[in-house]
Amino acid sequence: MKQYETVIGLEVHVELATKTKIFCGCSTAFGGAPNSHTCPVCTGMPGSLPVLNKKVVEYAVAVGLATNCTITKNCKFDRKNYFYPDNPQNYQISQLYLPICRNGGIEIETEAGGKKTIGIREIHMEEDAGKLVHDEWGENSLVDFNRSGVPLIEIVSEPDMRSAEEVIAYLEKLRMIIQYLGASDCKLQEGSMRADVNLSVREAGAEEFGTRTEMKNLNSFKAISRAIEGERERQIDLIEAGEKVIQETRRWDDEKEYSYAMRSKEDAQDYRYFPEPDLVPVLISDEWLEEIKAAQPEFQSEKMERYQTEFGLPEYDAGIITSNKHLADIFEQTNAICNSPKKVSNWLMVETMRLLKEEDMDVEEIRFSPENLAKLIKLTEEKVINSSVAKEVFEKIFHEDIDPESYVEEKGLKTVSDDGALRSTIEKIVAENPKSVEDYKSGKKKAIGFLVGQTMKAMQGKADPGMVNQILAEILDA
Amino acid sequence: MANVISDETIEYVGILAKLELSSEEKEAAKKDMGEMLDYIDKLNELDTSSVEPMSHVFPVHNVFREDEVTNGDGHEDALKNAPERKEDTFVVPKTIV
Repeated sequence: MKQYETVIGLEVHVELATKTKIFCGCSTAFGGAPNSHTCPVCTGMPGSLPVLNKKVVEYAVAVGLATNCTITKNCKFDRKNYFYPDNPQNYQISQLYLPICRNGGIEIETEAGGKKTIGIREIHMEEDAGKLVHDEWGENSLVDFNRSGVPLIEIVSEPDMRSAEEVIAYLEKLRMIIQYLGASDCKLQEGSMRADVNLSVREAGAEEFGTRTEMKNLNSFKAISRAIEGERERQIDLIEAGEKVIQETRRWDDEKEYSYAMRSKEDAQDYRYFPEPDLVPVLISDEWLEEIKAAQPEFQSEKMERYQTEFGLPEYDAGIITSNKHLADIFEQTNAICNSPKKVSNWLMVETMRLLKEEDMDVEEIRFSPENLAKLIKLTEEKVINSSVAKEVFEKIFHEDIDPESYVEEKGLKTVSDDGALRSTIEKIVAENPKSVEDYKSGKKKAIGFLVGQTMKAMQGKADPGMVNQILAEILDA
Repeated sequence: MANVISDETIEYVGILAKLELSSEEKEAAKKDMGEMLDYIDKLNELDTSSVEPMSHVFPVHNVFREDEVTNGDGHEDALKNAPERKEDTFVVPKTIV
């Protein structure tokens, strides 16, 4: 069989973290009652006029600078015309001719351990559309315009990616940069980061690109990977069968692991863009650029450095914790309460990572509160619970964000510190296991391990193993 | 009139603009559009290669709002214009979601 190369470019939409919409003073808060965050501007009433939110420009410039783009100092908006019920104006205000950022790129690490630059063709500002929900009780759709006018930036990459792994690496890097800037929370599940995948295949070594398709509706890294594999195979099968790949938009169904054509590009991708007459041009002066640069928050490399000097974390720990802004935030908030940096870092790096992997979850989905992790750490430091009980309690915190103090109390998980109760249990174990005692006394010091285990079992795990060891040694060596 | 608009073009523009035109209206529109294109051709005779494209008719730039919520709950006003509403949403013909 012939060898094929996959060529992938991405269009990534990111919802900016502004308090208000891009062209009006309506709130962008998530989860309001339907149409409660609307006004004449974002519902497209005739005669209403948009006024640009300054913060949108600043976030877009910040993302552009952080992704090595050239900032378009004289930029403007254009109208993209189309009819759809989620688009009340019958046009979307976007940028076609002079997008705010151009010609950038970010470096990713490839699977082979090398580095590769993925080009960013442009970043433009635009407004989001409303939300359509199908009416379960009738043959209609229902529209909620709360999202209409929420600011987005669309980041268009060059077709520089060659595998699903590179795509994920690019998205993770992009997300990290944007989260560090505070420009968006970039949650794929909630749609604040959305990726459309443009993919084509060509015979290995070919110069020309093949015909590409665009895939939409990808709302997790897993779905993106699966969709890329599925689309690559579909296109190769077509080519092998002597058929042609049609340039079209396809919608990925992650449940069925199959994509289907949404609409053919032949029938109307005719958006008749023209300059937006209701908005004046945006001129970005050198002074303003400097202000935006100066206002940028701490980046990953700076944070990593600080974690080593301020908290004494090893470089390895600092690298993992800062690889994701959400994780770094949890670390800082937890440590601010319990002031045990290495312990906080261990819980995050070891148990949290293990559970994430086990549950097939993304770091972004961590929901437990720093308060509860800090309380757990305090419980272990004060030896109220031992380390194996702590792991068990942590699983509860991870899944249900329980309060460890009351949970430990309720379930009676406290380490039995009553010397008398522990001592009598140990005496009983020693009496019941003469063989191990004999082994220990004849020099097989390891036999003590079995007795510790039996004691812990008898105590239902609620003893401090160090204390059990100590008392056992006292009794046996007496 | 140098520019002749074909029936197909009028049909296509009608679809894009969601307009249904009678045959008389189509003929009138063909004539109007042809004349508009003739005028554009006239403008194109001028050499503008050394002129920066104009991005707005007024010499104004950087009109911004601060990122502060100024609008309250607007759903009742917005829904006044709904041809049909269900609870607090607009009802529209079924779309493929």
